[in-house]
Amino acid sequence: MSFPWAQQYQPTNAFTRFMDEKLPLPRLVYNAIGGGYPVPRNLNYMWNFGVLAGFCLVLQIVTGVVLAMHYASNAQVAFASTEHIMRDVNWGWMLRYAHANGASMFFAVIYLHIFRGFFYSSYKAPREMVWLLGVVIFLLMMATGFMGYVLPWGQMSFWGAKVITGLFGAIPLVGEPIQVWLLGGYAPDNAALNRFFSLHYLLPFVIAGAVILHIWALHLTGSSNPTGVEVKQESDTIPFHPYYTAKDGYGLGIFLLIYCALLFFGPNLLGHPDNYIEANPLSTPAHIVPEWYFWPFYAILRAFTVDLHIPFTAIVIIEAKLLGVLAMFAAILLWFFLPWLDKGPVRSGHYRPLFRKFFWFGLIPAMLVLFYCGGAPAEEPFVMLSQIATAYYFLHFLVVLPIISMIEKPEPLPYSITEAVLGEDKAAVLGENAQPVGV
Amino acid sequence: MIRLIGILTGLFFALMAVWGFGTGLATVISDGQLKEKTAEYEFHLKPRDAGLASDGAFGKWDLAQLQRGMQVYKEVCAACHGLKFVAFRDLAALGYSEAEVKAIAAGFQVPGIDPTTGEANTRPGLPTDYFPSPYPNAVAAAAANNNAIPPDLSLMAKARKDGSNYVYSLLTGYRDVNTFTVDGKTVKQVFPEFATPPNTHFNPYFANLNIAMAAPLMVDGQVTYAEGQPAPTVDQMSKDIAAFLTWTAEPKKVKRTQVGWPVMGFLLFATILAWMAKNQVWAAIKPKKKKA
Repeated sequence: MSFPWAQQYQPTNAFTRFMDEKLPLPRLVYNAIGGGYPVPRNLNYMWNFGVLAGFCLVLQIVTGVVLAMHYASNAQVAFASTEHIMRDVNWGWMLRYAHANGASMFFAVIYLHIFRGFFYSSYKAPREMVWLLGVVIFLLMMATGFMGYVLPWGQMSFWGAKVITGLFGAIPLVGEPIQVWLLGGYAPDNAALNRFFSLHYLLPFVIAGAVILHIWALHLTGSSNPTGVEVKQESDTIPFHPYYTAKDGYGLGIFLLIYCALLFFGPNLLGHPDNYIEANPLSTPAHIVPEWYFWPFYAILRAFTVDLHIPFTAIVIIEAKLLGVLAMFAAILLWFFLPWLDKGPVRSGHYRPLFRKFFWFGLIPAMLVLFYCGGAPAEEPFVMLSQIATAYYFLHFLVVLPIISMIEKPEPLPYSITEAVLGEDKAAVLGENAQPVGV
Repeated sequence: MIRLIGILTGLFFALMAVWGFGTGLATVISDGQLKEKTAEYEFHLKPRDAGLASDGAFGKWDLAQLQRGMQVYKEVCAACHGLKFVAFRDLAALGYSEAEVKAIAAGFQVPGIDPTTGEANTRPGLPTDYFPSPYPNAVAAAAANNNAIPPDLSLMAKARKDGSNYVYSLLTGYRDVNTFTVDGKTVKQVFPEFATPPNTHFNPYFANLNIAMAAPLMVDGQVTYAEGQPAPTVDQMSKDIAAFLTWTAEPKKVKRTQVGWPVMGFLLFATILAWMAKNQVWAAIKPKKKKA
């Protein structure tokens, strides 16, 4: 896609002319992240996280491929081979810490990217497909992250694998066969470890494919922006390069500062000490917790403590455990339906007074409570807190958002991005010269 | 239609969560407390600071202390605990000479094979060997220790919360269960049913307060340090072994922070440049400030 005023790629020498004719890869890059991609001129720093997420993916693939050269995915030696990387492989300690903390940074960046999408309703038409592909990427990331945490074969690796695959055991009738099929046995062992390693190596490349589709779909409509007003005219946009490459370069610097502070000065801060104990099927850790980036969903899983039964009888329709599993999956899958649940015409939270209140005083606190409770032991008051937050989480997306989108009176929008940035837009004054650009 | 299904689904999950909340609240109210108080929770102590030289972002190894810790391990801990991820050659990093490393290695018997008969035997260790386990297998370890297998110590300082301080606190933390008090009360005054089972020892730094290991460092001077070293009090020996196990858990710890500082410095410099470049690029299209 492009707006009619997008800059055109001009091959400047014999080699680029040859390439442009035979395989126009430079043109593709130019139109994707170069001068040929016109971007709204008013993007704020919340729009940095897409590029940062792409950087994280590359970082994880590069460090992961090298780690795989030294790691052994055999239950007998996996833990020792990890320690071999930490002690005997040149700079192995840095690679492993870079990979483990890289995963944390990847999820941090993705959460900010997703919540940017929530606040500015980036999922709304015409960008539904960008959003759907984004949710697919997030699901793939969760699977990849989970399986990666199993590979060092420490206590949390083993028991995490057992608990998460055990979730499928909650499905009636076919649950246990599914669990056995997933693990390749009755408990996590060599078969499970090997397939997790195989898939952990495969899925990042599937993610890379989905990312290409995500970016492709984005370029069909162009980037959204903080006003939520679509691009109307040339003065609304600036070329991606040099403006946003420069801004993303600065963002990348800040990101790397935080990442390296974590990597060099607190590499185990986000990990669990128990994962430095070798997996032992006979000894259950006191509190089994996943990595921090799963905490909100782990809290939802544990928030369901009562069976759904017919009142005044003992007839159970859905067991509490299955309810928790369903709710945990529903909590993410419902994101797929957001474009059709929230039909309000205005995108940006800046112009949606009611939505804004529910976002800052409802969704964000609920998510923070879920985060905290997911990492805390399954005891009071954390269970009760996560039950309230879980209730709000579902109400927010499935009840509050649809209702808000029907009753809310949005604040007046600027005529155009240009007006929002410069305070005035000649096209708006002239009126007849303002020709909206179809996208 | 989607919205209708959505609202119903949302109400269902919210209702079930709130139902769970109500049940939980009813339990809390009828119990009169949020959760049952346990001795493990009320009488557990957080580790005390061992004040090791390797702590923090500017940490350095205190080689003399590491060597003392190594000596304590060899003379006390090694009787029951292995150190399977540490090779004798690694000890060169503690400042031992090649000959000293060879001598330390030779002081341990490691599993070997008789070159003439092919039968399993033991032989003196070489620098390329790893610290041997004191027991041939887990069954032997359990049999010799009232069914409690002494854990390998290689990673202990990373496998517990605040691990280095934990090692120090645990070794100096054995108390008499009848005289140890928190807020002026002993465990048995608050929890009359609390007991220290046979073959366990009361230690408030241990997760469930009763540890199978008897106090390994009991008297000052249990290990004889070389001339010029601090007096081998129990406290000093515990600090030294904590320092040594910090090193065994992460031999690259000090290198890590030493590499970290130049990296941070470079990144700070690069980020400032990137910020200036961004300002330069954006200056042309920055909206002019409106006059008030």
